[in-house]
Amino acid sequence: MIIEIVLFAFLLVIAISVARMKDLFAAAMLTGIFSLVSAGLFTLMDAVDVAFTEAAVGAGVSTILFLSALSLTDRIERQQPTRILPFVVVALTGAALVYGTLDMPAYGDVNAPAHNDLTEEFVEGAGDMHIPNVVTVVLASYRGFDTFGETTVVFAAAVGVMMLLGGQRRRRSREDHPQPPPEPSS
Amino acid sequence: MTQKTPMRMQDKIILRVVSKALIPPILLFALYVQFHGDFGPGGGFQAGVIFAAGLVLFGVIFGLDAVQEVFPPIWVEILTAVGVLLYGGVGVVSIMLGGEFLNYDVLHLPGPMHGQHLGIFLVELGVGITVASAMTAIFYFFAGRATKR
Repeated sequence: MIIEIVLFAFLLVIAISVARMKDLFAAAMLTGIFSLVSAGLFTLMDAVDVAFTEAAVGAGVSTILFLSALSLTDRIERQQPTRILPFVVVALTGAALVYGTLDMPAYGDVNAPAHNDLTEEFVEGAGDMHIPNVVTVVLASYRGFDTFGETTVVFAAAVGVMMLLGGQRRRRSREDHPQPPPEPSS
Repeated sequence: MTQKTPMRMQDKIILRVVSKALIPPILLFALYVQFHGDFGPGGGFQAGVIFAAGLVLFGVIFGLDAVQEVFPPIWVEILTAVGVLLYGGVGVVSIMLGGEFLNYDVLHLPGPMHGQHLGIFLVELGVGITVASAMTAIFYFFAGRATKR
């Protein structure tokens, strides 16, 4: 219990400092630390697969992508006048999200829907397939359509980046090897 | 960053030695997470991200040209599509064998291997290939733009 409270306090401190920080390099590193602390929290909740993803994606790759995006722009955030309206919108959205969690069953509640409806079938099915990791069975077999969609989303993201950032490369390589002028028709 | 850094990353001996020692275990660990995902935590998505992280680390330390020599951009672009096609292909094969789309029960090989096991293995492999090459592609395009300035 104490560990959870300490980790959540860390998350709060990191989030506030990211929002207030002007140095974008430090902010990018702090978002990586935020993901790492979240991964620790997921591990405490026995969700090792989620923690694994959070550590690899949040703390690893997205920090790198933030840094490479930073190399295209300036390191220090430009000074902007303090505006009230965005803060109010964010605060209201956060309050609505917290209000939404009030209806959720308590953590570890055996009567929660997540522990009742399908869990037994998933566990038995994984046993029939001789695959110990139930999470893999659910993701790849029972919810194969979802995972197919997720893979397509990753593919679409890569294609989008290629089209947005790769256009210049194509144009430049065409300038390096200019097409021969068309043969004059006799 | 507009000002030139005084030293290139690969001239810093600690970074170079540590990354040379770390990159092979990172890539090996990615393969372990990929193929051991049925038995322990992990799977295609995590493995792909870890593999891409190893390549990105190599690229950050030794330069974009060095990593593109190992893993050429054209292969990255092809493999991004190959992973999705492998996933969808498993679904199409299961239709042709008489099941529904992505119903692995109909995939049977001679031997004790369960059809579900084979299907999950192939599908996770497709996810891993797509995620690894998509993450590498995004890094290539960002880094390629930064070095051209």
